[in-house]
Amino acid sequence: MSAQTFQTIAPRPAPVNTDGFVAWCKINLFRDWKTSLGTAIIGAILLAVLPPFFRWAIVNAAWVPDHEVCHQAAGACWGVVREKFRFIIFGRYPFDEHWRALIATAMLLSLIIASCMRVCWKAWLPVLWAAVLSVYFTLMYGGVFGLAKVETDMWSGLPLTILLASLSMTMAFPIALVIALGRRSGMPAIRSLCTVYVELIRGVPLISVLFMASFMFPLLMPQGFSIDVLIRVLAGITLFAAAYMAEVIRGGLQAIPKGQIEAAATLGLSYWQTQRKIVLPQALAMVVPGIMNNFISTFKDTSLVAIVSLYELTGAMQMAMNSDANWRPFRIEGYLFIALIYFVFCFAMSRYSKWIEQQVNKSKLR
Amino acid sequence: MTPTSSPPPKKTWSWRSQAFRALIYQIVAVAVIALTVLYLANNTATNMRARGIQSGFDFLNSAAGFDIGESIFPFDSGENYWRAYFIGMTNTLRVAVLGIVMTTVLGTLIGVGRFSRNALIRGLCISYVEFFRNIPVLLQLLMWYLLFTEMLPPATEPWVLGPFFLSKGGLNFPIPVWATGQLVASWGLLIGLPVAWWYRRFAIRSFEMTGKVKSLFWAPLAIVVGCSLLGWLLGGAHSEWNAPKQGEFAIENGGSLTPEFLALLLGLTIYTAAFVAEVVRGGIQAVSLGQSEAASALGLSRGHTMRLVMLPQAMRVIIPPMTNQFLNLTKNSSLAVAIGYPDVVSIANTAINQTGRAVECIAIIMVVYLSTSLFTSLLMNWYNARAAIQER
Repeated sequence: MSAQTFQTIAPRPAPVNTDGFVAWCKINLFRDWKTSLGTAIIGAILLAVLPPFFRWAIVNAAWVPDHEVCHQAAGACWGVVREKFRFIIFGRYPFDEHWRALIATAMLLSLIIASCMRVCWKAWLPVLWAAVLSVYFTLMYGGVFGLAKVETDMWSGLPLTILLASLSMTMAFPIALVIALGRRSGMPAIRSLCTVYVELIRGVPLISVLFMASFMFPLLMPQGFSIDVLIRVLAGITLFAAAYMAEVIRGGLQAIPKGQIEAAATLGLSYWQTQRKIVLPQALAMVVPGIMNNFISTFKDTSLVAIVSLYELTGAMQMAMNSDANWRPFRIEGYLFIALIYFVFCFAMSRYSKWIEQQVNKSKLR
Repeated sequence: MTPTSSPPPKKTWSWRSQAFRALIYQIVAVAVIALTVLYLANNTATNMRARGIQSGFDFLNSAAGFDIGESIFPFDSGENYWRAYFIGMTNTLRVAVLGIVMTTVLGTLIGVGRFSRNALIRGLCISYVEFFRNIPVLLQLLMWYLLFTEMLPPATEPWVLGPFFLSKGGLNFPIPVWATGQLVASWGLLIGLPVAWWYRRFAIRSFEMTGKVKSLFWAPLAIVVGCSLLGWLLGGAHSEWNAPKQGEFAIENGGSLTPEFLALLLGLTIYTAAFVAEVVRGGIQAVSLGQSEAASALGLSRGHTMRLVMLPQAMRVIIPPMTNQFLNLTKNSSLAVAIGYPDVVSIANTAINQTGRAVECIAIIMVVYLSTSLFTSLLMNWYNARAAIQER
C-alpha cells in the first residue's frame, strides 16, 4: 500500500461578476452571438437615425420667432411654437381674455389632480367639484362682474380639450354604472335594452356619433329650441364613453363571486343595499385601472371634435398654422409640439393608473 | 293515503311580490324609452317639414355628381349614390383588412420583443409602445399625411428603390401582367389548397397513431407552392411585369398607392400595433412561469418554448382583446375623412353636404360599421372557440 501524498485540487473559478456596467452589458447586450448580432443591427439603425434627427431638431434648429430665419435654417423651426404659442393653446378664445381661460383651466386641472389623491377622497369633494365648475363657467362664459361675454363656440384649444375630457368622463360614470347594473339585471326587458345600447354604440365609430351630435341633434329638439354645439358634442362624447365604461364596470361586477350576493340576500339586504354595500365597493376598486384607460382614450378622442368644427387643441393648432402663409411650411413642428402636450397628459395618466393599481391590490399582497 | 295540505296560494299581484315589481319596472322602462323615441321622432318630422328637408332613401338612386379620388372599381360622377357608397365601403375594407394583417404582425413582434434577452430590443419595444399609444391617432394620421405630401420629393424626381418609386404622388410598384401562366397558376393554387389540407390531416392522424413527427407547416406549404408553380410552368411561364417608369410629369404604368391611402394605412397600423403589443405581452405574462421553466427543463430552446408552449396557451387570453383591437382599427379608419381618403364616412359626409339627408347618411354609416363589427366578431368568436381549451 503506497502512501498517499496530499495534493491540492484545482481552485474553483471565481464567480462571474454580475454587478457594474460592464457586467450588465455583457449579460444584456452580448450574452451570445445572437444577442450580439441584435445589438449590432439595432445599434447601427439607431446610429443612422438618431444623429440626423438631433441635428435637425436641436443643432441646426432655429429658435427665434422670425420666419425669415426659419426659412434659412437647415433644421427645425421651433420659433413657430414661440410665435404661435398662445393661438395653439387658446385657439379662438379672445386674445385679451386668455388669462380667464388660463385661470379657469388651472383651477379645473388642480381639482382633477386633487381628486386623484387619496387624502382628498372625502365627502366634500363633490361639493368642491360643483363650486369649481360654477366658477369655471362664470370665468369662461363671462357676462357678469364686468367680464366680457365669450360665446361657447369661441372656446377652444387646450382648455376645451381638458373641459371635454373631464366633463364627459364625470358624466359618463353614473350612466355607465346604471347600464352595467342593467346588463346584469334579472329583468329581461331592461337587460336587453342595456345590451342593445352598449353594442350599438361600441359597434360604430365615434365620428358617426359626433356627426349625429352636430347634424341630427338639432332636428331631435322641439321647434324653436336650440342647444349649443358644445353641449351637443359633450353629450355625444359622454354617451359614447359611457358604453365603453359600462363594459369595464361589468367586468368588475362579474368578478364578484355569486356567493357574496346570495349571502347578502340571506341576511335580508335589498337589491340596492346589496349593490351599494357589498358588490360595488369591491367591483369598482377592481376596475379603477380600466376606467383610467377609458379616461386616457377619451382624452385622445377629444381630438376628433376638430372634424365637427370645434377647435380643441388639434383644431386650434391647424387653424393657427393654416391662417398664416409665412408659417405654413412649419406645420410639422406645430404637430410635434401638440403631440408632446398630448403625450405628457396621457403618460402622466397611465403612470397614475399604474400607481392606483398597486393601491387597489394592496390587500392582495402578502 | 292522507291528502297533503297544499301551501296557501301565492298572491302574485301584490307589490310585495318581486316578480310583480319586476314586471312593473320593465313595463315602465320600456314605456319611457318608447315615448322618448316617439317624441324625438315626432320632433324630427316636424323640424324637417318646417325646414323643408326631404327624407327617405330615394336619393340613393340619383346621380352622385362628385368624383372619388381612388377606388378599386371604376367610378365617375354620373353614377348614383348607391355606387358611391359601395366604392366607399370597398375603400374602408381595403384599408381595414390590410391594416389588420400588418398590425398583427408588427404588434406581435413588438409584444414578443419585450421578452427579449437583448436590453436594446426590450427598450426599443417599450419606447415604441409608450410613444405611439399616448398620442391621438388623428394627430398621427395628420402627421403622416403631412410627411407624405410635403416632405417627399415631387413626382418628377421621385426616390427610386429598385422597381419602386416613392414621391408626393404616392408609391408606385410593379404588378405582374395577367396571362395564361397566371391563370393556370391560380388553378394550381385551387387544386393545391385542398391537397395540402388533406395532407395535413393525414400527417396529424399518422402522428397520433404512430408518434412519428411529420412536417405540419412546411410540407403543406410546399404542396401549395409546388402546385401553383407547376400550373405557371404549364401555362407557358410568362414572367412579364408591368413596371412603373418615369414619365414627363408623373410616374406611369404599374400599380400605385395614393399618399392618402399610405398615410391612413401606416398611421392606423403603427398606432394599433402599440395596443396589440400590449395585448400580446399580457397574454404571454398570463401563462404561468412554471410552463416556461418546465419547457427549458425538457431541453426546449427559447424559440421553441415561445412557439410551442407559451404562444398556444397565450392565444386563449389574447384572442378576445385582439378582436377589440381589430374592431378599433376598423372604426378608426373612419378618420380618413380628416385626410381626404374616400372611405364610407367621407362619402357620407359629402352626401350630407350635397343632399342634406343627414339622418339617412348617418344611418348608412352606422349600418356599415355595425355589420362589419358583427362579422369580425363572429369570425373571431369562431376562431376563439377553436383555440379554447377542449373541455369534456
